[in-house]
Amino acid sequence: RISQQQHEDLSAKKLRLAKPSKSAALHVDLCKAASPADALQHLLHFARRPVEAESVEGVVRILLEHYYKENDASVRLKIASLLGLLSKTAGFSPDCIMDDAINTLQNEKSHQVLAQLLDTLLVIGTKLTENPPVRMRLVEVACKHLTDSSHGVRNKCLQLIGCLGPVEKGVAKEAESQSAKDVQKIIGDHFSDQDPRVRTAAIKAMLQLHERGLKLHQAIYCQACKLLADDYEQVRSAAVQLIWVLSQLYPESIVPIPSSNEEIRLVDDAFGKICHMVSDGSWVVRVQAAKLLGSMQQVSSHFLEQTLDKKLMSDLRRKRTAHERAKELYSSGEFSSGRKWGDDAPKEEIDTGAVNLIESGACGAFVHGLEDEMYEVRIAAVEALCMLAQSSPSFAEKCLDFLVDMFNDEIEEVRLQSIHTMRKISNNITLREDQLDTVLAVLEDSSRDIREALHELLCCTNVSTKEGIHLALVELLKNLTKYPTDRESIWKCLKFLGSRHPTLVLPLVPELLSTHPFFDTPEPDMDDPAYIAVLVLIFNAAKSCPTMPALFSDHTFRHYAYLRDSLSHLVPPLRLPGRKLVSSPVSPSITPNEDPCQQFLHQSLERVYNLQHLDPQGVQELLEFTIRDLQRLGELQSELAGMADFTATYLQCQLLLIKALQEKLWNVAAPLYLKQNALASAAAKQILEETYKMEFMYSGVEGRQVVIIHHMRLQAKALQLIVTARTTRGAEPLFGMCEKFLQEVDSFQRCFISELPHMQGSFVDKLLDLMPRLVTSKPSEVVKILQTTLRQSTFLHLPLPEQLHRATATIIEPTGESDNPLRFTSGLVVALDVDATLEHVQDPQGTVKVQVLYPDGQAQLIHPKPADFRNPGPGRHRLITQVYLSHTAWTEPCQIEVRLLLAYNSNRSKAAKIPKSTWSDSMEALPPSENGIEGTIPFSKPVKVYIMPKPARR
Amino acid sequence: IPHLSSFSLGPGAGQDVGRSCILVSIAGKNVMLDCGMHMGYNDDRRFPDFSYITQNGRLTDFLDCVIISHFHLDHCGALPYFSEMVGYDGPIYMTHPTKAICPILLEDYRKITVDKKGETNFFTSQMIKDCMKKVVAVHLHQTVQVDEELEIKAYYAGHVLGAAMFQIKVGCESVVYTGDYNMTPDRHLGAAWIDKCRPDLLISESTYATTIRDSKRCRERDFLKKVHETVERGGKVLIPVFALGRAQELCILLETFWERMNLKAPIYFSTGLTEKANHYYKLFITWTNQKIRKTFVQRNMFEFKHIKAFDRAYADNPGPMVVFATPGMLHAGQSLQIFRKWAGNEKNMVIMPGYCVQGTVGHKILSGQRKLEMEGRQILEVKMQVEYMSFSAHADAKGIMQLIRQAEPRNVLLVHGEAKKMEFLKQKIEQEFHVNCYMPANGETTTIFTNPCIPVDISLGLLKRETAIGLLPDAKKPKLMHGTLIMKDNSFRLVSPEQALKELGLAEHQLRFTCRVHIQDPRKEHETGLRVYNHLKAILKDYSVQHLPDGSITVESILIQATAHSEDQGTKVLLVSWTYQDEELGSYLTSLLKKGLPQSTA
Repeated sequence: RISQQQHEDLSAKKLRLAKPSKSAALHVDLCKAASPADALQHLLHFARRPVEAESVEGVVRILLEHYYKENDASVRLKIASLLGLLSKTAGFSPDCIMDDAINTLQNEKSHQVLAQLLDTLLVIGTKLTENPPVRMRLVEVACKHLTDSSHGVRNKCLQLIGCLGPVEKGVAKEAESQSAKDVQKIIGDHFSDQDPRVRTAAIKAMLQLHERGLKLHQAIYCQACKLLADDYEQVRSAAVQLIWVLSQLYPESIVPIPSSNEEIRLVDDAFGKICHMVSDGSWVVRVQAAKLLGSMQQVSSHFLEQTLDKKLMSDLRRKRTAHERAKELYSSGEFSSGRKWGDDAPKEEIDTGAVNLIESGACGAFVHGLEDEMYEVRIAAVEALCMLAQSSPSFAEKCLDFLVDMFNDEIEEVRLQSIHTMRKISNNITLREDQLDTVLAVLEDSSRDIREALHELLCCTNVSTKEGIHLALVELLKNLTKYPTDRESIWKCLKFLGSRHPTLVLPLVPELLSTHPFFDTPEPDMDDPAYIAVLVLIFNAAKSCPTMPALFSDHTFRHYAYLRDSLSHLVPPLRLPGRKLVSSPVSPSITPNEDPCQQFLHQSLERVYNLQHLDPQGVQELLEFTIRDLQRLGELQSELAGMADFTATYLQCQLLLIKALQEKLWNVAAPLYLKQNALASAAAKQILEETYKMEFMYSGVEGRQVVIIHHMRLQAKALQLIVTARTTRGAEPLFGMCEKFLQEVDSFQRCFISELPHMQGSFVDKLLDLMPRLVTSKPSEVVKILQTTLRQSTFLHLPLPEQLHRATATIIEPTGESDNPLRFTSGLVVALDVDATLEHVQDPQGTVKVQVLYPDGQAQLIHPKPADFRNPGPGRHRLITQVYLSHTAWTEPCQIEVRLLLAYNSNRSKAAKIPKSTWSDSMEALPPSENGIEGTIPFSKPVKVYIMPKPARR
Repeated sequence: IPHLSSFSLGPGAGQDVGRSCILVSIAGKNVMLDCGMHMGYNDDRRFPDFSYITQNGRLTDFLDCVIISHFHLDHCGALPYFSEMVGYDGPIYMTHPTKAICPILLEDYRKITVDKKGETNFFTSQMIKDCMKKVVAVHLHQTVQVDEELEIKAYYAGHVLGAAMFQIKVGCESVVYTGDYNMTPDRHLGAAWIDKCRPDLLISESTYATTIRDSKRCRERDFLKKVHETVERGGKVLIPVFALGRAQELCILLETFWERMNLKAPIYFSTGLTEKANHYYKLFITWTNQKIRKTFVQRNMFEFKHIKAFDRAYADNPGPMVVFATPGMLHAGQSLQIFRKWAGNEKNMVIMPGYCVQGTVGHKILSGQRKLEMEGRQILEVKMQVEYMSFSAHADAKGIMQLIRQAEPRNVLLVHGEAKKMEFLKQKIEQEFHVNCYMPANGETTTIFTNPCIPVDISLGLLKRETAIGLLPDAKKPKLMHGTLIMKDNSFRLVSPEQALKELGLAEHQLRFTCRVHIQDPRKEHETGLRVYNHLKAILKDYSVQHLPDGSITVESILIQATAHSEDQGTKVLLVSWTYQDEELGSYLTSLLKKGLPQSTA
């Protein structure tokens, strides 16, 4: 009893130093604890709450005090772990408790507690990395405990040495010259520890040192090589990493080959060894090895090429691989008959002595890796192949056959990965016909991902013969008939195929267009997607092949004109001899490299901006025309669509604003004209909506545009304010609105202060001049001032950014064509597969939502999982998700609408977006709420789905 | 004590691809591995000669257990004959799928031989059932204790559904029998895998001892392409297969391809055996490869969407189709019937997925014969395309080497292959792994000597005390320990000398070695003593060297006394005495002193 009293006194003293409450409470709790289990409970409870940085030290002292008194190992363990946790507290510097922590190690008998204490020291050490003596001391402590008999303790010691060991040699010498401990040596000694966990920890510690910038000794290489034959997979896995690190450090050193006098470069040797691990017994090691192979670019080419070589034999006679046979057949100009049995009969005899069955070298590593049982290994091998092929064109050529083989893997992910790989290395290679054949066979794959990837691949593939082009075209057309939804992608693919191989397409033209030298052939159907596909190929080839148009027949030219207009992104402008040039006449003043469309866009904008002083009627008309022009331009020129739409929207806002201000309502006594004000307030509302679209639906919007958009929004809000002022009686509600508006003007000024000089004569510029007056005046006066400023202000020039794209989405599935309703029992859910492509959506995971509208007006908003989004190419995303529908029973099948929404949050800045965390939530209406914090923009066409919830049968 | 363990090769297998039957004697236990039959014979030679095992006495007394690696008849065909007709009542071990499928095959085989060929003196259906009752099914990696000393463990072998490699272990001696195995995965099975179990002997099949195979993908792709092209042309494809194994692989291959490519043409497989077998494939999904196991949650791959059961009438249906029909060599039955119907049309195609025995229709058309003489002097003109595709599920030379590398055996024994080919592989194995390799002929016995390790119990106190001396224990290096070995009641124990004395009730005797070293030194005795002391002190820095008041010197517990020689005063005699425990240090000291003292510098 007495001793307890004393402790309380002691802690009371400390309370003056630290914050009271917690440490005191803990102390009392711990003293009261009757049993170890009780104490443990208290500690656990204590650990749940954070401790302030100032009181950490006091708490630590109390804990330590109990630590020494405690007999139960588990409680000591918990205290030790708490010490570590406490030292992590931000703002607390643990050097004051380090000595105490080290002292606790002295008399500790339990291995578990020891390990935990070392862990705590590690935490302390990592917080005090700036303090070399402290680190040295901790490392020394760790070294002392390395002889412990428990693997856990040795493990932690090695970890500690790895994390805190001196990296700079000079400093180490100075600080501890007498012991001159070489951490590498100490860790290296534990490579042969009896416990595999310690061996792993030793290798990991070594890797840690490397990561921290210590140059590892080359001598470790031999040790590491021995570890490759370890019995335990985690050791081997770590050893492979270590070997890789060393091979990157000393690629050019020479190492002897055991059992011979020869010597080879270290990187080659390491490469061979890692290749060997690709056929390891554990798949974890195999994945690791296969992955690392990819980054060993310094390896000599003959070693590299060996990885694809597996000498085949049959009954001791050399046999050619199927790849070699295919190549030979190709070069001899024959097609594979494949009919003879024994077509692959082995040829020459093999010298039995020369055959090496388990090679130490790299032989066949990739052949094994690509054939592996686990798809993880295969993917890793494909990735490695890709990386190596990118750096070595000759290797790329050689690995082609293997990659092509992978197109038939049983797992889609692997197929996809190999197609992507092939695309990445495609500038290094030219496909042979037989390879192309295999590649094209995959076009029939039922997975859209695969087909699209393949189209992308074909876009950048080099084909060597005209037969190859023909084959590709035929297969693509087959694909088109089988999967009509691939239309766009196939056309695009043919566009590139044509423009890459004009000379190969040339001899095919008469056949493709089925023209005949003497007879007129019937004119093909212009709406046939297959015919369009052929034309796209030909026109793109014709662009760089001026002789080609001579082969066209009359209707081809007409079709050209039509396609050039309707599919301008796929059909390039051609100079057709003896014909009226279809492309717009080029005026000499325009620089030839500038696109006429771009020119048009700028010209029309210029016109609008110059016209601000004309009478309102004229301005309105001009705006209307320009908007119409821009919209049409956007439809024609897909690459300018974003730009054109963006400006059109802006002009539309302007137009609305002008129209609203033209209203007669302003001249008449307010309450009498409730009808007219509907138009003005609707305009204000629409402008607000449009500004949100402008801000959040386009990718590539820069700060300058954002200012203009916000400015437009401010004007719309002013308009709203004026309209409300005119239509409501009494100043009460107005008061709040004015206040709010002024706040917004203020925040606008704060946000865009740097942009203000560019906004001479604008609404906000004038407003800011009048600000002192506004703040003091009554609401009615404010409204009056606003009204005049709004009318007088000039409208701002909208600068265009380099690249501007509108986010678009197309729902591929459901197609909305099915007449069979989706039946399910009411009250239960039914899953609807939704498949959509998204273009130019930034951060789709955070913003894209699916909306389901039921016939009764009920709306449901679903936030798809992040994993449902795939990224097949830059700027493109694909959403494949399941939407769960449910409803009460209906009597008839009815259509629901599914569409995609883009969620935005007007508070978030462009840089830091905070995605909404809720998975799904229901909302009634779409338009942004009055305070405009959050909202959604529909950006896909709605698709109708027939559903039929049936009442549950009892 | 060198220990002898003999592994003898039993009545079958050896250098022959036919029936597998191996007898292993390991540390006094006799195990029979596989019990296969030869498909080529119709007489007594079809079954192994079991009289070889034991002339007199019952088999049950002699054999401790029988292990069956997989359900192929050349590995299990003789089982009912062996257990029911020859008589064996001991346990038979096999994996669950093997146990399920094996009786179907046996029954089918019995029907063909008895009902069709009319043979008598063959096992009956009841015998098959009785035989299967003796079977104990094992799981992968499950250690089964056959008796107190003998334990067996199964590893995955690929090859066919349920194929396993077995580790047989008695004490610390072990044998691994691979059965047939496959080191490259295929469309429905994974690759064989074994841990580093370091057996004394690895008995490996060596069917493809001299072959290194090309990647499977090319063959698969060719196969699919041919089928696809024919079907697109509107032709019919006939694939003659045996009911189990390859048939399922090809089914999966086509099924996934059909699924992937969205093809509509129907695929059929002949009813009966294949249908039954598919049922088991559905059940034992855990024995298949990664892809099938992973997609199992969505859909069992063996529940074919595109493949339906075949009806005789379908063969005349117009339009493209693919048919799997038995048997595989086109020598009889459904496959031959369909072949005759379709052979006349050049749009059709027959794909032979395996080897065909000479004399069969399959062999004839593969060797290019276009006109076949059928029963009744009919001439059948073969216009359809004939393709050959080899899909074999045995490990090739590289695969065998890979398995050896994984298991790290001390000896290798090759069976199930041709002698000439095995010779090559044997040479390779010896050269690469530096282990002995054997390839016994049929009926030959091979004896292998092992160095068995004998486990000894050691008391913890002693272990701790001994490890405390010296540095950390090193896993790779043997460590010297002192203790007393007590062999009592069939057990070995290592205890401290004191405890041994106590247990045996013996009094402790001290053994002392004494040695005299003569040194030429004219000085007085105590001076010599001092010189010796200084000398030793300088050399033995790590030991406690003391000079006692009576003039004697102690180094640790070794006593050295200098006395004058009784005859020659110029010679001093150093008496060195040490106990038996300090033998090492003692002999070192004497050799040191024999070299003489350094000339005094004082």
